[in-house]
Amino acid sequence: MAPLTVPFLSIITWSPFVGALLIMFTARHSPRAVRLISAVTTGISAVLSLWIYVAYERENAGFQFYEKVPLVPPLGISYELGVDGISLVMVLLTSIIIVAGVFASWTVAVRSQEFYALLLALVTGVYGVFVSLDLFVLFLFYELAVLPMYLLIGIWGSTGEVRPRGIFAWAYRETGVGTKEYAAMKLTLYLLFGSAFILVGILALYVNAGSGSFSFLDFEATAFPRSLQRWVFLAFYLGFGVLAGIWPLHTWSPDGHASAPTAVSMLHAGVLMKLGAYGVVRVGMGLLPDGAVDLAWLVGTIACVNIVYGALSSMAQTDLKYVIAYSSVSHMGIVMLGAATLTEAGLNGSVFQMFAHGIMTGLFFALVGLVYEKSHSREIGKMGGFGTVMPGIATAFTIGGLSSLGLPATAGFVAELLTFLGAWRSAHSWWLYPAVAGTFLTAVYVLRVVKQIFWGPPSPHFHDLVDARGPEWVALVALVAVLMLFGMVPGLAIAPIDTATVPLLARIVNP
Amino acid sequence: MTLDVGLPLLVLALPFVAFLLLAIVGPLRRTGRGAGLVSIAAIAISFGAALAVWAREFVAERTWGWIPADGGPIATVGVLVDPLSNAMLVLVTLVSLLVQIYSLAYLADERPGPLGRYYTYQSLFVFSMLGLVLAPGFLQMFVFWELVGLCSYLLIGFWYERPAAARAAVKAFWITKLGDVGFIVGIVLLWSATGTFEFTELFEQAQENALAVPGLATIMFLIYLGAVGKSAQFPLHVWLPDAMEGPTPVSALIHAATMVTAGVYMVTRTEPLFALVPEVLTLIAWVGAFTALLAATMACVEGDIKRVLAYSTVSQLGYMMAAAGAGASPAGFLHLLTHGLFKALLFLAAGAVIHAVGTNDIFRMGGLFRAMPQTGIVFVVGTLALAGVPPLAGFFSKEAVLGGVWEAHLTGPFLMLALTALLTAFYMFRVVFVAFFGRAHAGGHPHEAPWLMRGPLWLLAILTLLVGIRFALGGGETHAEAPGWLPPLSVGLAAVGFVLAWAMYQRRAIDPVRIAVALTPFDYLARRRYGLDGLYAGLYRGIILGFSRLIGWIDRYVVDGILNALTALTLRAGDGLRHIQSGRAQDYVYGVAFGVLFLFVWAQLWRR
Amino acid sequence: MIGLSAYLVLAALVFSIGLFGVLTRRNAVGILLGIELMLNAVNINLVAFARFNGDLTGLIFTLFTISITVAEVAVGLAIVIAIFRVRRTVEADRLDLLRG
Repeated sequence: MAPLTVPFLSIITWSPFVGALLIMFTARHSPRAVRLISAVTTGISAVLSLWIYVAYERENAGFQFYEKVPLVPPLGISYELGVDGISLVMVLLTSIIIVAGVFASWTVAVRSQEFYALLLALVTGVYGVFVSLDLFVLFLFYELAVLPMYLLIGIWGSTGEVRPRGIFAWAYRETGVGTKEYAAMKLTLYLLFGSAFILVGILALYVNAGSGSFSFLDFEATAFPRSLQRWVFLAFYLGFGVLAGIWPLHTWSPDGHASAPTAVSMLHAGVLMKLGAYGVVRVGMGLLPDGAVDLAWLVGTIACVNIVYGALSSMAQTDLKYVIAYSSVSHMGIVMLGAATLTEAGLNGSVFQMFAHGIMTGLFFALVGLVYEKSHSREIGKMGGFGTVMPGIATAFTIGGLSSLGLPATAGFVAELLTFLGAWRSAHSWWLYPAVAGTFLTAVYVLRVVKQIFWGPPSPHFHDLVDARGPEWVALVALVAVLMLFGMVPGLAIAPIDTATVPLLARIVNP
Repeated sequence: MTLDVGLPLLVLALPFVAFLLLAIVGPLRRTGRGAGLVSIAAIAISFGAALAVWAREFVAERTWGWIPADGGPIATVGVLVDPLSNAMLVLVTLVSLLVQIYSLAYLADERPGPLGRYYTYQSLFVFSMLGLVLAPGFLQMFVFWELVGLCSYLLIGFWYERPAAARAAVKAFWITKLGDVGFIVGIVLLWSATGTFEFTELFEQAQENALAVPGLATIMFLIYLGAVGKSAQFPLHVWLPDAMEGPTPVSALIHAATMVTAGVYMVTRTEPLFALVPEVLTLIAWVGAFTALLAATMACVEGDIKRVLAYSTVSQLGYMMAAAGAGASPAGFLHLLTHGLFKALLFLAAGAVIHAVGTNDIFRMGGLFRAMPQTGIVFVVGTLALAGVPPLAGFFSKEAVLGGVWEAHLTGPFLMLALTALLTAFYMFRVVFVAFFGRAHAGGHPHEAPWLMRGPLWLLAILTLLVGIRFALGGGETHAEAPGWLPPLSVGLAAVGFVLAWAMYQRRAIDPVRIAVALTPFDYLARRRYGLDGLYAGLYRGIILGFSRLIGWIDRYVVDGILNALTALTLRAGDGLRHIQSGRAQDYVYGVAFGVLFLFVWAQLWRR
Repeated sequence: MIGLSAYLVLAALVFSIGLFGVLTRRNAVGILLGIELMLNAVNINLVAFARFNGDLTGLIFTLFTISITVAEVAVGLAIVIAIFRVRRTVEADRLDLLRG
């Protein structure tokens, strides 16, 4: 792990941030320049991500492209970066989504410079979490990824309507449910609530390790007592799990995703939710193997609830964005279930599902954004026959939907298959059944939506609809291509993932 | 075992190349007919290669890693070439080729864009079906199994603006997916028990009696569920009649000759595994026979020519499954091949008729034999084959199936199948008499279809005849064991069916209405498809949608409601507590003063 | 000789009078005067302790306190005048802009 001459990871991480600063200080009144800077800086990150993906030496697994700069030596805090197979794939995912997101929000008109600046700052936070090896710095990046979301949703979001009903109807009137401000506040508070647990967990490890260092590698070398592992794992699970949308702490996600502007939904459902799952796998399971073993039953069972509950909720929605948002809740269940199986197949499936779902949901939100932009409606019941006028969007949506329901030749199938295989071989084989039932329910709601929106006779409510155009295609084609490429050649992602999951599991099985 | 898999790979690759070309190169696709020619060229070469593979009787297996894992790939892809797959390769490529040529004329009125889309789907379908046929393991079979399901969905919904087509497509996908849920669970369980997806390894383990896995019967039953969905077995057969909303050539190819037989093919392919679980086999036979009978009764009361053929397909699939379940899978497979030929023929002929008269309703046709004699002749050839009249192909395979079931001492299924044979002849000749003979209807001038459509029809008719004659001459190896009274019985049953249909619909000696009244309960049930469609619709609306609405409501108003209530309570608490801030500095000083006083007093008390 | 406790009692009395003034006067100037008394009670304590302990620190502290007191009164009065200009009153009860 000798330090490399070129700090690839730092460049990947900070390039968007530099872009954000440039936008704020130089390009305030030139929308074209704003977009150009965004495209170039995220493009740099994307190209370098691809490069580290190619250059990563799979034979010597472990953390590569290692960088370390002490920040606060007395406390043992240092700026320490490195990627292994899991984070490598996550960095690649982030790059794909943000580039697609930049193109998908090409048409944002209001305050576009601030929008792009915040978006880029957020991405720096996301990259930072995936590449940080110092838990303190990881936590900082985590917060950096969460906070811009508040402004992005609060300012550029869209407001829906939720009728107060049920025994808590009074509360709905008092909290402004449905407004974008409500969604932004809910999301932020929920995620900060989660990060409090994470901070406590990190500090508990720091104090108990006694090595005076926040480095992941130092923690990894420490064997924590089982009782400590158990509750710290629980803290990490709750903290990161909120971001991964675990039931019943998931309700920020549909409201947040539905209110957020297109690129933010893409980034949020596509990448940010994966931060949560990544945190549980990397920090929770990586550092606390005994805790993971003891609490796997909880993680897996809640994941099963997520899968079925998310799918059923999704089916009940009438707003297109909510359908997609709840499908994320369901699919994150697959991710968490795969992790909870503590088997090689399941864990590979879990990480692969993070990737597959990231691409897929990014595609979905991009498409919903396009449909909304052209029809000015998200009400599924009013739509119909869009396939005739927007065949390109219909095709992309169908492919995304097929991946979502786990059709072979798309990335979703491989991820779900591996999770199923892992689930049956885990200590709780019954997990297989809710997982499989979830895929059937997914088929029901996805095809129902496709049929309602794109098939059938053209709806009388809409006129002058057009297909995607120009830069909008970039995002769609790229995402569809990735989805199918990784579905047909899953080894592209699973080979590097496997180099990281095998050592991880080895620690869990024989600590 | 030779490792020469180049030629089978070519068969597989050509349609895929055509698909990629049409899917990616938009301008080519949008030429419509040009796209069709590309697709047809690919499938034609592919057919030639398949013939070569079949003629040389290739046997080979080759796999490549697909999903990597630490100790070698967890899943592989590859090709398994043996006589079974060779025969299937020829059937699939042949029927696909003819159907695609036929479609050029049948869909000539389509705009170029949709036509290009049609051929794109067709190429994808052929590739997927061939991949399924060549699959060396359960996983690859499942992959292509789902892909053919996708193509079926896309092609049923080809005219997606029609609400009925959209509904039928989605229904087909859901119902088959329901079976596939069982299939994938079975595959996962089998993998967990044996550590492999590969047929060859599984068969070896089966031979060494190493497959004494606990719950093998359950596993094989789950895998069989996949076939129930795909091959339209009771109770998941309901999607197939609705699938007739797709273009007729699609029905001929996918919903008669190839995709729906995938379930039969799968059971035949993995016969060594099913042989280990006789109880599941018996179930398969009973379900197959029951499906055959049930579908035949529904065909008798159907007025839509395509639906009659669809029910007859379900019925014949029941035959094949019954044979497979009776341990006579070669007979079932033989019936699969011959049925593929004459059912494709019947569908394409029906397509020519529909093309000419513009309706599916046989009671609005009539006297068509005079207007389109060539179509009439081939339709009658197909009907005779389906009814099991010698020396046509269907006779021999049907007899083999009946013989196999009899040999297996499955009296119940045998009787059901025999009754089905009678009904088959009846409902097919009912169509022939009503549509082709009888009085011609006024309006419209039915005319013979263009040669692009007639060519494939004649070819299929001749093949049906030739295959039958070859069996008659060569004896065939499969029906050698059948008891001697079987051929007369099956021909007799067909004759009874023929006479009944003739009496009721040609001579009008028996009034169909009176028969219907006499058999009111059956008539009522059969016309309502035995209530199964309604049952599924009710389950879907009541259970799935109802439950989803409940969960959606709970999520929005209970799970989220608790959160909102907490939020609102927090807000209210803040609202209450803010009154403490009076804004008057003196009040705060009071607080400080009394606070200090309290601390003093407390400190004094505490010290003591 | 008057003992230390006498000074302390005096300081406590002055402090209490000052506190009473701060709490009860309604005029802002009166409140300021009350604060002055409280501060001077502290001064008395400091001087008394300095005298009885023979430690000059207390005296020096007192000097500081006196000067700070002066500054404080100046600032305080300035605020009072500024408030008077805006609100036309220096009644403490009515200066409740920060009411929750």
